[in-house]
Amino acid sequence: MVDAHAKKQVALQDLTLTFNQGKKNAKVALDHVSFDIYEGETFGLVGESGSGKTTLGRTLLKLYQPDQGQILFDGQDVTAMKKKELAQFRQDAQMIFQDPQASLDGRLTVASILEEGLDEAGFPKDKQKRRQKVLDLLDLVGLNEDHASRYPHEFSGGQKQRIGIARALAVEPKFIIADEPISALDVSVQAQVVNLLAKLQKEQQLTYLFIAHDLAMVKYLSDRIGVLHWGKLVELGTADQVYHHPLHPYTKSLLSAVPEPDPVKEKAHHIQPYDASFEQDGQPRTMVAVEEGHFVLATEAEAKRYQSEQA
Amino acid sequence: MAAPILQVKELAVSFQTYAGVVSAIRGVSFDLMAGETLAIVGESGSGKSVTTKTLLGLNAPNATVADSSQILFGDQDLTQLKAGAWDQVRGAKIAMVFQDPMTSLDPTMTIGQQIAEPMVKHLGKSAKAAQESALALMEGVGIPDAAEHLHDYPHQWSGGMRQRAVIAIALAAEPDILIADEPTTALDVTIQAQILNVLKEEQKKRGMAMIFITHDLGVVADVADRVAVMYAGKIVEKGLVNEIFYNPKHPYTWGLLASMPTTSTALGTLQAIPGTPPDLLHPPKGDAFANRNAYALAIDHELEPPFFNISNTHAAASWLLDSRAPAVTPPLAIQQRQAFWQEHFVQEG
Repeated sequence: MVDAHAKKQVALQDLTLTFNQGKKNAKVALDHVSFDIYEGETFGLVGESGSGKTTLGRTLLKLYQPDQGQILFDGQDVTAMKKKELAQFRQDAQMIFQDPQASLDGRLTVASILEEGLDEAGFPKDKQKRRQKVLDLLDLVGLNEDHASRYPHEFSGGQKQRIGIARALAVEPKFIIADEPISALDVSVQAQVVNLLAKLQKEQQLTYLFIAHDLAMVKYLSDRIGVLHWGKLVELGTADQVYHHPLHPYTKSLLSAVPEPDPVKEKAHHIQPYDASFEQDGQPRTMVAVEEGHFVLATEAEAKRYQSEQA
Repeated sequence: MAAPILQVKELAVSFQTYAGVVSAIRGVSFDLMAGETLAIVGESGSGKSVTTKTLLGLNAPNATVADSSQILFGDQDLTQLKAGAWDQVRGAKIAMVFQDPMTSLDPTMTIGQQIAEPMVKHLGKSAKAAQESALALMEGVGIPDAAEHLHDYPHQWSGGMRQRAVIAIALAAEPDILIADEPTTALDVTIQAQILNVLKEEQKKRGMAMIFITHDLGVVADVADRVAVMYAGKIVEKGLVNEIFYNPKHPYTWGLLASMPTTSTALGTLQAIPGTPPDLLHPPKGDAFANRNAYALAIDHELEPPFFNISNTHAAASWLLDSRAPAVTPPLAIQQRQAFWQEHFVQEG
């Protein structure tokens, strides 16, 4: 849980991003999104495909330039960063990708892949020290010395994802964006990788932005959760608030669609449809705090109604 | 429930590869009853997709179906079917919905043409009649303003709408059996829920049987009447959906259920299955799950377990069910499920 004294690792303020701006096919991918990610927490981001979750992660890493708004990392504005600061930021903030096959260079051994990261972080050239560091990294993610001289294609999906995680950790980051890190993995292996991420967070005091469409997994791993819909943040709160006391009708609809591995419950439950038309009625909506730490995108009147529906 | 519409007996399929023979399916038997939904659960490499491809005669040329295997459908054994005769079965009596709607639709044909095609081919309808039925079918699977979209091409549609089109195509020739191979895996949860409803409604309307392949136990809980759990080319447990979810007996089923969080699982309590599935190029001696199984007995490494019956409808292949096996305590998540079973499904006295 986040206490009032926690340090903000990342602060997004009024972030707006339009693709194809000024053109006929202009699309607002992020629409005035604001939230903070505190040091040491896992912030989960959920939403349907096209909601802007991946765009948000990429914008955060300065892979896209927002039209408007600020991204503060350790209090520094990412969008204004130049060479040296940017190089440091790119070490501090790392990404774990969905497809570990596509994100690892197939022509390099695991050791070389990890050493590239060490070079980036300015690790000493001393051979023995480097070797030891590579072995430490492998050990950290549950691989061993034998794996160091092998190539990515020799590994299973779960092992490849472990290598991707080790590569991200090689530069000793503070903040990791994990964009669908388990959706390409087998069910029996997903839990291994999720447990590994949780263990590493504890050991290395990492901050995570966890993006996934598997809502149960996001709930499991996250301290706080933001719900994105059409580029807007519609609800924000602790994992428990958002999942067990949802306010926004979109959040309710999304959660009602999650199939649970429980036939009696599953066969009795029905899905709440979501009618998005009210979102375009032109009324100004802001993030209203309904209880401590729990916000919903609404007009004053809607916020009152949501609250009374919940009670 | 009625008589079996399909009987799979001792199905074994192997593939010739440059590295050697891969035994992808190693003796799979199950019945499919008319009108029911059988879910086949397993991870990649467990053989669930090869099983369904074999049912449709769609295996790659390097696949060999063992002589002892039988797939009885009506008065035919599908394993003996000649290439030409498959046209009478595939798409007509047994149809399939694939995972990725983009690659299973023809980008050069309109959606309307693709839905009408099987009706012309298998039902002998005229082009005009087929067009009209296609329209009705599109409305049936929930495509809004179907008449306006009859002449659209697949690329103009979203993933969820495309999957509805794929379902309409599969239903076009009024099949007796629909095989759905991960039909919602590529879709968002809200769209997934809609597609599952379409499938359930069409099944009810038509009384057709469904084989549902998935790795998502939440989806299984939603759609299945019966469940078969596959691991390393074999069925390890099969039973009614409630038996599998609330009274599972095989440690692999335990592992699957305990490694999937629900929205109320507390952090730190998720139990992963260690290791990775075996390489079927060299199937291990004994039980294929033994080296990942915390409950493995010495005999698991030597001898494959037979099926033990738990009820008329429920069986599992695990030595733990042998009368000589020691009693074990399953993971906490499973104990909770078993408590629910005791409370709701076991009659007093």
